[in-house]
Amino acid sequence: MCVTCGCGDSAGVRVRFPGVPGDGHQHSHEHPHDQLHDHSHEQDPSHGHDHPHTGEPRSQPIPAATRTIDIEQELLAKNDSLAEHNRGWLAEHGITAINLMSSPGSGKTSLLERTIREAGGKRTVCVIEGDQETLFDAERIRATGAAVIQVNTGAGCHLDADMLRRGIEALAPPDGSLLLVENVGNLVCPALFDLGESAKVVVISVTEGADKPLKYPHMFAAADLIVINKIDLLPYVDFDLDRCRRDARSLRPDVDIVSLSVKSGAGIDAWYEWIGLK
Amino acid sequence: MHELSITQSVIDVVTERTGGDRVAIVRLQIGKLSGIVPDSVRFCFELIAADTPLAGAVLEIDEPLGRAHCKGCGEDFELRDLILLCPCGSADVVVMAGTELAVKSVEVV
Repeated sequence: MCVTCGCGDSAGVRVRFPGVPGDGHQHSHEHPHDQLHDHSHEQDPSHGHDHPHTGEPRSQPIPAATRTIDIEQELLAKNDSLAEHNRGWLAEHGITAINLMSSPGSGKTSLLERTIREAGGKRTVCVIEGDQETLFDAERIRATGAAVIQVNTGAGCHLDADMLRRGIEALAPPDGSLLLVENVGNLVCPALFDLGESAKVVVISVTEGADKPLKYPHMFAAADLIVINKIDLLPYVDFDLDRCRRDARSLRPDVDIVSLSVKSGAGIDAWYEWIGLK
Repeated sequence: MHELSITQSVIDVVTERTGGDRVAIVRLQIGKLSGIVPDSVRFCFELIAADTPLAGAVLEIDEPLGRAHCKGCGEDFELRDLILLCPCGSADVVVMAGTELAVKSVEVV
């Protein structure tokens, strides 16, 4: 069983360049491996895949004489320490990394496409795309001319710090760049996993309903910025902007909130300002 | 779904310390505000502990309640969900407990 994604296949997580026939692995080792690499061998999943699942007894009798061993270890400690390593490496290289999370279809990729097109050379923008399968999003980003790599998580429901490390190693973003990381579309699991990013952004679109912050409180409590997208559709849907803002602030009182339409461009300057492109 | 990777971490963390010794009991702390569902962990544990020294081990899960301190009125209060609101009406609160997610100890044979 795979440690990171829970899939039954050791090749579950793949880091791929768009536009490369096959899985693109021939490119993933071309770049110089620098400081990030010193963790890679620790992450070599030691899990075997040969266990037959024969159905062990559900709970064996507990012998009378047992020995207590204190463990006292946080379960996310390994991910968190990898995330801190990423954070340090990114800071050393002057790279700002933004982790974008949302449900599928809220407009993350469209927001990235527009952002890259309008960045106007102010800062190099690179993208790491996370999805369970396909290179669809990476192909869209590639069409904008930005450097991009796709992380396919297989059965996995979120990116973790080691996947980001692998993505960064393969992509080799230049010093001083803005690295936009599009997490797997999912309002539950990605909230728990620190990647080492500079900021977490949650995108919600008005077609999803204003009740999402309270329905998915862990995600919205983790957000540094909430982007409310597709406001051009407000006349056609029952979306209470004030309620959405109020509920989001009940989970994180100091959260920044930007309302915009990627399609029309309304309100988008506030987003550019927030990510330092203005 | 993320319970699967969390449960795998349980097995990794324990076997790093206990090696091949058979583990009879695993004591976990999963806070009410941690975002992790204990029943899902139990379900995943049965699946992925098979063929490890933790196979068949009993999971004892402590679930600390959410607690917060209000900077407005100075009181501590139980936090049942992630809505940061003190009964006094202040939202200036700090979460003190409930987000725990840890392996505390094990019993080995």
